[in-house]
Amino acid sequence: MAKLLEEFSLGLFFWQCLLFGLLLFLLWKFAWKPILSAVNEREDGIKDALAAAEDAKKEMQNVTADSEKLLKEARAEREAMLKEAREIKDKLIADSKEQAKVEGDKMIKQAQAAIESEKKAAVADIKSQVANLSVDIAEKVIKEQLSDKDKQLKLVDDLLGDIKLN
Amino acid sequence: MALLLSANSFAKEKETSEGSKEDLKTEIKEYIQHHLKDSHDFSLFSYTTDEGEHKYVGFPLPVILWDDGLKVFSSSKFHHGETLAEVDGNHYKLYHSKIYKTDAQGTINYDEEHHPTNAKPIDFSITKSVVMIFITGLLMFLLFRGLAKSYAKNNGIPTGVGRFFEPIVLYIRDDIARPNIGEKKYKRYMPYLLSIFFFVWFLNIFGLTPLGVNVTGNIAITFALALLTFLFTNLTGTKDYWMHIFDPLGDTLPWYGKLVLYPILIPIELLGVFIKPFSLLIRLYANMQAGHIVLMSLIGLMFLFKSWIGSPLSFGLAFAISLIEVLVALLQAYIFTMLSALYFGFAAVEHDHAEAH
Repeated sequence: MAKLLEEFSLGLFFWQCLLFGLLLFLLWKFAWKPILSAVNEREDGIKDALAAAEDAKKEMQNVTADSEKLLKEARAEREAMLKEAREIKDKLIADSKEQAKVEGDKMIKQAQAAIESEKKAAVADIKSQVANLSVDIAEKVIKEQLSDKDKQLKLVDDLLGDIKLN
Repeated sequence: MALLLSANSFAKEKETSEGSKEDLKTEIKEYIQHHLKDSHDFSLFSYTTDEGEHKYVGFPLPVILWDDGLKVFSSSKFHHGETLAEVDGNHYKLYHSKIYKTDAQGTINYDEEHHPTNAKPIDFSITKSVVMIFITGLLMFLLFRGLAKSYAKNNGIPTGVGRFFEPIVLYIRDDIARPNIGEKKYKRYMPYLLSIFFFVWFLNIFGLTPLGVNVTGNIAITFALALLTFLFTNLTGTKDYWMHIFDPLGDTLPWYGKLVLYPILIPIELLGVFIKPFSLLIRLYANMQAGHIVLMSLIGLMFLFKSWIGSPLSFGLAFAISLIEVLVALLQAYIFTMLSALYFGFAAVEHDHAEAH
């Protein structure tokens, strides 16, 4: 301890205090303050940039989710529309089929009725023609037969037989 | 490299000196003693001519004395302690790196313990250490001013040598100041911690160069540094800090218990206030001093052995020790800063911390 005190130099102590005090002040003002604030600023900048990047990422995710949702909706809508269209088509086809059937049936019935009436007309016509023909024939036969009595009688018999057949 | 150079300068002195081994031993011892002390001139190396004359290479420094008025003269007047300096009719003698006032013959009177009893004028000389402090300060200022400026110039990114020092600055902030002092108050201690770290580190490193300036191994320097830590700690102490010293047990003890315990506890706590910085000053001083003594002794051994086995061996040892010393230089700066931060942390405690004690 005595040796330490012996070694202690007041002058050196004085200069050290003075010079170090001065150095401390100068560095404080001109070096540490700007260095620390610059470093702080840079760190804040990095923090902000990271936060911004995180936000952007989140937003991007949101946008992707939105678009996905939209796409899904659109797909569902398309599906629905297609289904509807198919239903309409099926219904249309079924309806038209039925209508066609009804129309066809109607036409067939009409045709049948027409045929029937035509047939009836034709039959009536034939009947009248047959009647005329038979009257003509009868007239001719009668004209010829009436010359002979036997023959006249026989004719009458035949005619009568014929009428029965009819 | 540093070692080789200092060994070389040492060798120059020793080469021509003759005499027995005993003489060499005392000479080496004196040389080491001399080296550890501050000196009044900046000598780079010295040697002895064939005629036995000591030659010194270096430059003198101003001597400033307070002895009934200011006396300023060049240290070259002492001729490295070989002659008296006469200023204004007073005679001064340089004896073991200290200046004593003597008569015209330069007589030094001793007491029983061989201590000089001559009057010692107050010595404010610009010594080698002061020059080194100044150079270190200048270097630090230029270095960190440059770093500070480079931020503005380069968009917040340091350039050049600042790239090396910036991580150290950040380390001191993030691993020394923040955890020890706390997020809220660390900022106000930062400039001091940074200054003290680089100052001690640079001076320690300078001490390892062949210039061999043992600044941080000087008790006046470490005392001044520790005093600053002491002042900063106690001047910025919070109410809780002082409460911790004068009322360490708080509400955990009734008043009559305190009456018994506190006469013992409070002096201990108060003593702790002084012991903390005192340990700082002794630790740095002793470490640097010891490192220099070991290194110089090992170098000295080379010249004592003068053999093909001993000298290379002690050279190898000296080399290894000097590498360790480089580490110690950094370590001591770190410890000084770390402990200062720790003490500031004690001083800056807030109430919620104090509760935990």
